[in-house]
Amino acid sequence: MTPAGSLLVAQDLHKSYGPTPALDGAGFSIHPGEVVAVMGPSGSGKSTLLHCLAGIVTPDSGTIRYDGRELSAMSDAERSALRRTEFGFVFQFGQLVPELTCVENVALPLRLTGVKRKEAERRSLEWMERLEVADLGHKRPGEVSGGQGQRVAVARSLVTQPRVIFADEPTGALDSLNGERVMQLLTEAARSTNAAVVLVTHEARVAAYSDREIVVRDGKSRDMMLEHSV
Amino acid sequence: MSIGHTLLGLLESGPRHGYDLKRAFDEKFGHDRPLHYGQVYSTMSRLLKNGLVEVDGVEAGGGPERKRYAITEAGVTDVETWIRQPEKPEPYLQSTLYTKVVLALLTGRDAGDVLDTQRAEHLRLMRVLTDRKRHGDLSDQLICDHALFHLEADLRWLELTAARLVQLASEVRK
Repeated sequence: MTPAGSLLVAQDLHKSYGPTPALDGAGFSIHPGEVVAVMGPSGSGKSTLLHCLAGIVTPDSGTIRYDGRELSAMSDAERSALRRTEFGFVFQFGQLVPELTCVENVALPLRLTGVKRKEAERRSLEWMERLEVADLGHKRPGEVSGGQGQRVAVARSLVTQPRVIFADEPTGALDSLNGERVMQLLTEAARSTNAAVVLVTHEARVAAYSDREIVVRDGKSRDMMLEHSV
Repeated sequence: MSIGHTLLGLLESGPRHGYDLKRAFDEKFGHDRPLHYGQVYSTMSRLLKNGLVEVDGVEAGGGPERKRYAITEAGVTDVETWIRQPEKPEPYLQSTLYTKVVLALLTGRDAGDVLDTQRAEHLRLMRVLTDRKRHGDLSDQLICDHALFHLEADLRWLELTAARLVQLASEVRK
């Protein structure tokens, strides 16, 4: 897959934490509606790559272009706005706000962009229905199972209809059956909205839900499909 | 898979014609490899010879084979024994891949590349199975899951080997 027509492209990324290089010339590209798995052993740099792509971490060198705009040329406020409105996030442990109900958690990204409570919760319930957790709306995260909580987290990542979803080991804390269902629902929802999904995982069964994979090792990335198509 | 035992098992629910057996086999177990008619008839004549099935009736018709087969008592016992007996766990893939990795190391080729290429091939198949699972019924899901778990086990071995390549290189070059 060539970077032409890509929504998010990174080239020659370098990032070190102290003397340790986390990224050493890594690259990446993803098209709208595409699911790309980022695989590699622990400590290979895959999470750092995701954080750079999402504008959470600034690389020491290299370029990241989102929709034609260079991330490093944006101000912190612009990057924050991008993360709020165009990016969605799913983490390994859901990271729901324990004091809020599930529907309030899903509605949170909308509320942060100024959508009124009633409208935000209406839209949230639509997504929760798609993720099969609409009946949990008024429960708090502590009162639902791990699998249910992760579906709530997926609904939260989708509620703003982001163009890119960053999922960092989204099934890492789930059993096989729940993990499968979360992946099925996440990829179906993303494909139906033409959102791109950057999926960091070390599990092959999870990566099998992607369209292609990038392997990161020692901070370098390898796109097997690109190499084979060339 | 033992085709003979599987066909016998299918006959336990009642007598069937050869073509009916083939259809039932393909529908339930033959997604990747449907049976050839020849396989069905050669298997049935072997089962017949061994007394595990008997001809329940012969119909006149235009087709090449109109015999209807029924399972015998001995056939039921044979299926029972086969089902109860555990399968021999076979480390089929690792031995070939291990050989390739060691040869790559011995000949100065990129062993990491061998493993990366194999990972990509495994994932390609895993995507096909995952997609089939997504659109299939419960039996499709279970059959695909079985294959997926096996492929995943291969991949775990592959990752572990990738992490030990330096160590392996120094050992095989001694």
